[in-house]
Amino acid sequence: MPPASPCPGLDGCMAPSTSTPVSMGTTIIAVTFNGGVILAADSRTSTGNYIANRVTDKITPLCDNVYTLRSGSAADTQAIAGYVQHFIAQHQAEEGEHINVKTAANLVKMMAYNNKDNLQAGLIVAGYDKHGGGQVFSISLGGTITETSFAMSGSGSTYINGFVDKYWREGMSEQEAMDFVTKALRYAMTWDASSGGCMRTVTITASGVKRTFIPGSDIPPTYGELPFPTAPVRA
Amino acid sequence: MSGIGTGYDLSSTTYSPDGKIFQTEYAQKAVDNSSTVVGLRCKDGVVLACEKLVLSKLLVEGSNRRIHNIDRHVGVAVAGLAPDGRMVANRAWDEAASYKRVYGEPIPGHVLCERVGSYVHMFNLYWSLRPYGAALLLAAYDKNGPALYAVDPSGTSLRYFGTAVGKARQAAKNEIEKLKLNELSAREAVIEAVKILYKVRDEDGKKFELDVSWVCDESGKVHQRVPDELLAEAERQAKAALEDSDMDD
Repeated sequence: MPPASPCPGLDGCMAPSTSTPVSMGTTIIAVTFNGGVILAADSRTSTGNYIANRVTDKITPLCDNVYTLRSGSAADTQAIAGYVQHFIAQHQAEEGEHINVKTAANLVKMMAYNNKDNLQAGLIVAGYDKHGGGQVFSISLGGTITETSFAMSGSGSTYINGFVDKYWREGMSEQEAMDFVTKALRYAMTWDASSGGCMRTVTITASGVKRTFIPGSDIPPTYGELPFPTAPVRA
Repeated sequence: MSGIGTGYDLSSTTYSPDGKIFQTEYAQKAVDNSSTVVGLRCKDGVVLACEKLVLSKLLVEGSNRRIHNIDRHVGVAVAGLAPDGRMVANRAWDEAASYKRVYGEPIPGHVLCERVGSYVHMFNLYWSLRPYGAALLLAAYDKNGPALYAVDPSGTSLRYFGTAVGKARQAAKNEIEKLKLNELSAREAVIEAVKILYKVRDEDGKKFELDVSWVCDESGKVHQRVPDELLAEAERQAKAALEDSDMDD
């Protein structure tokens, strides 16, 4: 019987563990604004202390007008997203028009609720449809679905509760909303060990989908952090 | 006894030399011999109206319903064999309920109509089943607005501004063509529908009742029977219109 590991994820040796599940300790946030939604996420996927992927894309399309933010077990959320993409494609074929955000979120909820014993997945579903405009839905671990005007999840979200309480407003412009999410993510990525890397955002409006990528080096340091070196550091 | 389809009409899996499936045609005859059902899609809703022949004095008034609720926003009126129509209406109810459970929103009219059409069509494919002897007029008010669909025993489902099935369907359709449906409110459409039923029916002295329902803005986009006072007013106007035309003779 091997000795108990001093650090989870490092089985008594310096190699990364295969026994700790690949998890997205993460920060994900989605907001509605005047004309659509913005989804934003960090890019860190960790296995214990080992960062398995530092440039992860946690923003996954479910269809043209609805995207999802994934947190929790990477495998579980990828599996759910795959199934829901398939169901939505089927549904759109029968319906003959783009799916409603609410309907897409309901399908995600059904997967989470019906398989709750075997899954560890917290998802945020957000998108734009012509009947309801921009909408954001949170689906929690057990399969609860809630519609809100903005949502955040993941381990990093706890560090920015105060920030979002102070700075969130309904009906912001697209630029204001983008500033809000990037700032919020920045703080979360600073303070949460399981969040970091770079920022990715997806903006969904009536005219379509826009993706942006903000490399880690472009994220300004927060209060008390040392700034990035502008010139090579001499030892 | 030899009739038109002799030899090719014993099974719904046999074509006739001129490309017909007689069993389906015979099922259509069951619908054509039933009492008339009229559907009108107007500016802000859909109206369904059925003529019901009262076969016995012992029947309680309002029994033998021919209009069924499928979901809050959808209703169907049945023509033809009543039990067959009931089976198809139940299937429509099943489809609407399962759609709501899976997708979380009320079934759109065009999706329900396709599903009911596919279901009815299936009964034309197999030797072990007979085609349904019923036609359904489906009134739906979904996020895309009000719509009227008709499903016939062959499984064909089409979308209409106005249509009629049953005995007096041709006369009723002629009357419907005279209406400017896009300008009528649901209230006005109810009165027109009842007038049409009174005008085209067989005046054989037999007692009859009307089953009239609507789904429109005034009903809160909910499918329900029209209010008693509206039905009474519509019947009054219909009877008056008949008397007027009688006097013209």
